[in-house]
Amino acid sequence: MVTDADLDEAELERQLARTWTSKPGFWGAIASVDHKVVARRYIVTAFVFLILGGILALAMRLQLSQPEARFVDADRYNQIFTMHGSNMMFLFAVPVMEAMAVYLVPLMVGTRNIAFPRLNAFSYWLFLAGGLLLWISFALDTAPDIGWFAYVPLSGPEYGAGKRADIWAQMITFTEVSALAIAVEIVVTVFKQRAPGMSLDRIPLLVWSMLVMAFLVIMAMPAIMFASSTLIMDRLVGTHFYNPAEGGDALLWQHLFWFFGHPEVYIIFLPAVGMVSTILPTFVQRPVFGYLPLVMALIATGVLAFGLWVHHMFVVGLPRLGESFFTASSMSIAIPAGVQIFCWLATLWSGRPVFKTPLLFVIGFIITFVIGGLTGVMVASVPFDAQVHDTYFVVAHFHYVLIGGAVFPLIAAVYYWFPKMTGRMMSERLGQWAFWLIFISFHLTFFPMHILGLQGMPRRIYTYQPDLPWAGLNLFVSLSAIILSLGFLVFFIDAIRSWSFGRPAGDNPWNAPTLEWATSSPPPPYNFRSIPVVDDRNPLWSQPDALPVSSGLRTDRRELLITGVVEALPEARESSPQDSVWPFWAAIATSVMLIWSIFSPWAVVWGSIPIAIALIGWFWPKGEAEDES
Amino acid sequence: MRAPLILLPLPVLLSGCGGSQSALDAQGYSGALLRDLIVLIVVVCLVVWIGVMIMLAWSLTRRRDGQAGDSRGSEQRLGVWVSGAVAATVLIIGGLTILSFQTTRSLDRAGDPDLTIRVRAQQWWWQFVYEDADAGSFQTANEIHIPVGKEVRVRLESTDVIHSFWVPSLGGKQDLVPGRENLLTLRAERPGVYRGQCAEFCGLQHSHMAFFVIAEEEESYRQWAATQRQPGAQTGEAEASAGKAVFMARRCAACHTIRGTGATGTTGPDLTHVGSRRTIAAGLMDNTRGSLAAWIADPQTLKPGNNMPLVPLTGDELRQLSAYMESLK
Repeated sequence: MVTDADLDEAELERQLARTWTSKPGFWGAIASVDHKVVARRYIVTAFVFLILGGILALAMRLQLSQPEARFVDADRYNQIFTMHGSNMMFLFAVPVMEAMAVYLVPLMVGTRNIAFPRLNAFSYWLFLAGGLLLWISFALDTAPDIGWFAYVPLSGPEYGAGKRADIWAQMITFTEVSALAIAVEIVVTVFKQRAPGMSLDRIPLLVWSMLVMAFLVIMAMPAIMFASSTLIMDRLVGTHFYNPAEGGDALLWQHLFWFFGHPEVYIIFLPAVGMVSTILPTFVQRPVFGYLPLVMALIATGVLAFGLWVHHMFVVGLPRLGESFFTASSMSIAIPAGVQIFCWLATLWSGRPVFKTPLLFVIGFIITFVIGGLTGVMVASVPFDAQVHDTYFVVAHFHYVLIGGAVFPLIAAVYYWFPKMTGRMMSERLGQWAFWLIFISFHLTFFPMHILGLQGMPRRIYTYQPDLPWAGLNLFVSLSAIILSLGFLVFFIDAIRSWSFGRPAGDNPWNAPTLEWATSSPPPPYNFRSIPVVDDRNPLWSQPDALPVSSGLRTDRRELLITGVVEALPEARESSPQDSVWPFWAAIATSVMLIWSIFSPWAVVWGSIPIAIALIGWFWPKGEAEDES
Repeated sequence: MRAPLILLPLPVLLSGCGGSQSALDAQGYSGALLRDLIVLIVVVCLVVWIGVMIMLAWSLTRRRDGQAGDSRGSEQRLGVWVSGAVAATVLIIGGLTILSFQTTRSLDRAGDPDLTIRVRAQQWWWQFVYEDADAGSFQTANEIHIPVGKEVRVRLESTDVIHSFWVPSLGGKQDLVPGRENLLTLRAERPGVYRGQCAEFCGLQHSHMAFFVIAEEEESYRQWAATQRQPGAQTGEAEASAGKAVFMARRCAACHTIRGTGATGTTGPDLTHVGSRRTIAAGLMDNTRGSLAAWIADPQTLKPGNNMPLVPLTGDELRQLSAYMESLK
């Protein structure tokens, strides 16, 4: 048995590299279970879906730029807005945030790989298959046309002809299984794999936010999977969950959908605020103000997220008392949001801002998100909502919170962690261009939509008549959307160019305080030569010269250090799985079963046989102890 | 042969028919309450936003003196400021919540309705049934008349998917959910034409599912209602009479009702007084003889996917039929 205590640095690195590096070549890449490799794939794929979803948005803006336009017909338009919403929520926003967690959490807690790395690889392949299913159906003109919310009975057997609604529902299954897989990995990684000494009150805020997000995924996603599965059963085998004529209920769908759908917003938003709380201190060079209130705000938001869903249903005719409860709970989410905003302002106030691109996007986030939060307070009021529900006011509101509140921090995060992920800096000059283009044109694009909504323009209409007073603002919005897409183009050009030609970054280009900056850029397959020991929230600031490290892990096989949940005291050495192609085959077998089951219920029976075979290969015993205390 | 009428340029036909459709142009009791609430909340939120922005700008631009403010005293001062701001947030949020509850209570002010209209929404038009046991019930489509200053109870039902009934100038929206009945009360304070539109995505032609509420003085409302109760007018015009024969012969009657004739279909809108309506096809076009002919000749081009089939007619038949429709005042 060889442990890292006995070796000098060069020999240690050589042995760790041999143990942890994936095999070269195509099958080596397919089999890799390195969290960084999987996360990079996830992030790139999610950004490809962002581009595709953005193109759909431009198609909608083209159609709406003039009244009674005929660029896109009604059927195609309905497919496009359904695709845009489903794609952005299920294929871009949630996966990209989870992928950032897959990349960053193991590095930030100081471990060598994520928990359940084969499940992680499986998750990516399944996500990819779900995305392909949706986009291939769109290419074949059979994409879902029922909205990303798929309300019954419109999506039910009677009114949703063909297989369009089934494709939507099964795409949900793909993305939710992959999201749940990652959530479980994050929870275990954060609870059991933290570096020695990283007690609960020393966990970086991004890791806290990812942990809360993972719990939200675990509790919210089952509702939507139940909903989509019962919808498929209504459509395929004639159950009547949602058929009022047979004792079902159309509103049951809305409860299930929004019990997932509202936490979904926070699944996207919480990682974003975690990014802000992590990036901001680096660019003012002081610890974040109010660590404890910020953690409490994350948890409070996560808990409240499950008590708000009815505010999506204020006009369906529910009892007044119930509606009032949900008005109060929806309003109260502004309090943890306020706590975070004020803590960030205090951090800015007492620090020395360095106006690099990540900080610009963080400032853009604060300006924009406060507007989105305040319009959120507006729609939390039942009577206010009665006028703006399902209008462009709501479209404006949620683009303010999703783009302003989540995509701005995400872009900041890309500029911030790009050097760590690739070893190269992105361009500061292009970054500033991207920021100003995106920030200004975002507001030009989405602010007028508030006014359109109050002027009575409903959502999800493919056209409107010339005598309605909406044409001017719609044209303005469409033109602004072109500038907005130019801003994103600059960002993507910068990212692609810098990937190969950026200035070399070094280990810690921003003088940041958290553990991911303690290793090389990009990190080696084993992440850290030796597992660091932590005695502070900002270890790289309190120990600027060299972190203390622990030793005793074997180098001849993949081993992780398992620590306690609260104090992060070492408990055991645990083996970490080898690379394997079986997760890939398991994902293929699962995809075949899920897509087949759109057409025949027997797929669940026969399709499970290949899955079972793949799982047997996946879990084939190694004949070696998995952990040693 | 198709009638030359349909060669009219589309934008001329597709002009709908005016009417206010804005939450800010409130002309009803509920609408005015909601507009006041909206304006008030927006102003409060604007003040909050400006306050936060001032603090943000100040923190970014303020002059830093020598040492970074990391000392214990300044951290405590920051803590007091942050706590104060959070307390202010709680107060503002609480205030807005109470304000919202109060508006809800004012809206719910129950009273006996002066008039009840049953709405049956369907893909993609509105069926309105005036229920009056004494004077007699009657139906219209995509257009209701109501007396100014009276409480109008609207009973909302759907026969297929979920729709949403929304006349912004008069008040908030309410969904029509299959298997349920929702209620809404309208009260127009001023005479006028108020446009409404389906607000819940309901399929292919969700965009073309509008209707009009015409609020008028009691007297003209009574006259209108009395006319609507009459069976379809017998016309003296020869072309229209011929059109009636076409209507009966060409299976139009299988889907449409014209009271006082043999036409008793219930799939499509009741056409007993179609000539009196301002628009056709759920607000798609102004109601003229030309647009009627265009619609009958090719409903699928004007509103793709709607449930009215294309019935092949000769040019003469089309002219006669549209003359008949127009005569049903």
